[in-house]
Amino acid sequence: MSALLEARDVSRLFPIRGSGGLLRARQMQRAVDGVSLCIQPGEVVALVGESGSGKTTLGRMMLGLTAPSSGSVLYRGQDISAGKGETHTTFRREVQVVFQDTGGSLNPRHTIAQSIALPLRYNRALGGAQAAEEVDALLEQVRLPPAHFRNRLPHELSGGQRQRVGIARALASQPSVVIADEPVSALDVSVRAQILRLMFDLQQQKKLAYLFITHDLGVVRAFAQRVAVMYQGRIVEEGTADAVLDAPQHAYTQQLLAATPVPDPRRQRVA
Amino acid sequence: MSSEHPDQFSAAPGASPERTEAPLLDVRNLSVDIAGGAAPLRVVNGVSLQVRRGEAVGLVGESGSGKSMTAFALLNLFPSPLARVAQGEVWFEGKNLTQMSAAQLRTVRGARIGMVFQDPSSYLDPLMPVGRQIAETLLAHGRADGSRARVLELIDLMELPNAKEVALKYPHELSGGMRQRILIAAALAMRPALLIADEPTTALDVTVQAGILKLLTRLRKELDLGLLLITHDLAVVAETCQRVFVMYAGQIVESNTVEPLFEAPGHPYTQGLLRSVLSPQSRVHSLFSIPGGVAIAGQWPTGCRFHPRCPIMQPGLCDAVLPALQIQTSNSNRCHFAGQEKAADAWGLKP
Repeated sequence: MSALLEARDVSRLFPIRGSGGLLRARQMQRAVDGVSLCIQPGEVVALVGESGSGKTTLGRMMLGLTAPSSGSVLYRGQDISAGKGETHTTFRREVQVVFQDTGGSLNPRHTIAQSIALPLRYNRALGGAQAAEEVDALLEQVRLPPAHFRNRLPHELSGGQRQRVGIARALASQPSVVIADEPVSALDVSVRAQILRLMFDLQQQKKLAYLFITHDLGVVRAFAQRVAVMYQGRIVEEGTADAVLDAPQHAYTQQLLAATPVPDPRRQRVA
Repeated sequence: MSSEHPDQFSAAPGASPERTEAPLLDVRNLSVDIAGGAAPLRVVNGVSLQVRRGEAVGLVGESGSGKSMTAFALLNLFPSPLARVAQGEVWFEGKNLTQMSAAQLRTVRGARIGMVFQDPSSYLDPLMPVGRQIAETLLAHGRADGSRARVLELIDLMELPNAKEVALKYPHELSGGMRQRILIAAALAMRPALLIADEPTTALDVTVQAGILKLLTRLRKELDLGLLLITHDLAVVAETCQRVFVMYAGQIVESNTVEPLFEAPGHPYTQGLLRSVLSPQSRVHSLFSIPGGVAIAGQWPTGCRFHPRCPIMQPGLCDAVLPALQIQTSNSNRCHFAGQEKAADAWGLKP
């Protein structure tokens, strides 16, 4: 098997708030329920679903941020649940993340250069002048002029610029997989298009694999090779992006497709 | 409440909703200044727009284009005391709102013009049942009698099941979409003629968004409501509006009825914005984006404000002379090359 990152039959339970007591067991909610998902090297996989469908929890399990209640996550064929050892160090370096909330995912008191230098120090053992040089190179890659942005603080940047910093920080570790959790849904349409373009170019250049968590089917069509649709903790449909969007099989996928707004006013007539 | 013209727009979607009467809302040459710096900052610059009864109008622009400031200006509801209407008139139901005293304006705000905003949670009191929050609108305008029945009627109107139960719930017990419906109910409690909705669905899921937009369309038709929908998403406009005004850097750059605007957008900015929308139906696997970013208020370029990002910029003209908004009968366009061949497909995107 050549899967780069794989979730094998993973489930995750969370206790339901307010349930249980001194002698009563807490009731558990299955956020993710026996899901398997593979990401091949260089592949863009979209994970689609509404809020509460478990897509973020699955993403966090594949990142090693949330431990599965059952099942396992494998990176290059190795189980990562041990949480230490050489496999785990490689996994930590090569699987990176980009978050939705561009403000909340950067330390407000670190300059942009400091934020990007952290993974350089810990994952690549770069420091001093070497790190500074690499920070500038990374800022260039995400098309932020280093001289202007290096010493800025996150609050001085726009949402789109902050997301570029988030991408630069992910790239600093030279990843093979980037898990992006709704990276553009908080952004304006035109900025969204710019960030997607950047992520697409970087993916092509560096042969990155992406797990793209989104609820925007337009992004899926433009960007992903494969798509998995989650509904109530399970993957209910999976296939190539074109196949799923042209002929959705599951009722939820059909509903999602019908709900996605389209820039064509003639649709008002049929609605 | 029956509308005199039930399916006017769905029957003839291409035709503009021409009515002989004066528009419900007529904004004329509105400018907004923010004080504080050495000189006041003009964030909205000479905006004119109209909304008719029963018509949904989209005001589209990116963050920082001044679209929310325009909405705040209509009711003098600025988030900061430094902002003020610098010039222009806002005519609503035959009265000029900019000339009204604060007390007079309070009788219009919430009663004749309702508002809903992007983030439903921050507009609801977490410690008060939502039914009482809907009733507050009625009480504020002196309609205490029968307010309970009216609240239940409104919750029903919002397509929420079991109105009596919902009225007793607290905001945290409701989902984001339900909270937005409660706010729409509160905005419509006094049967206003106009509803201003500022990004009402931006924080919501796609399926929930579709539900809210459908509800707004139904209410517009049933109540003959004028709707000013402020959004950055042209796809949302295409689904709900009859007319569109596109804003860029504090100015209107293009307006038209929806079908011609989406069929053949005139301004290069509108063309770029439209092409940036990703549609699941489109089989074109290319990601288009307008280069550069929106200019910040106070640093707007001379000449046409879009010229640094424009593909058909002509040196000596576009960077020197601010193009006037050229107004036709049903559309307008602020481009030096409006109507010319080179502007019809500015980005060279058509095959």
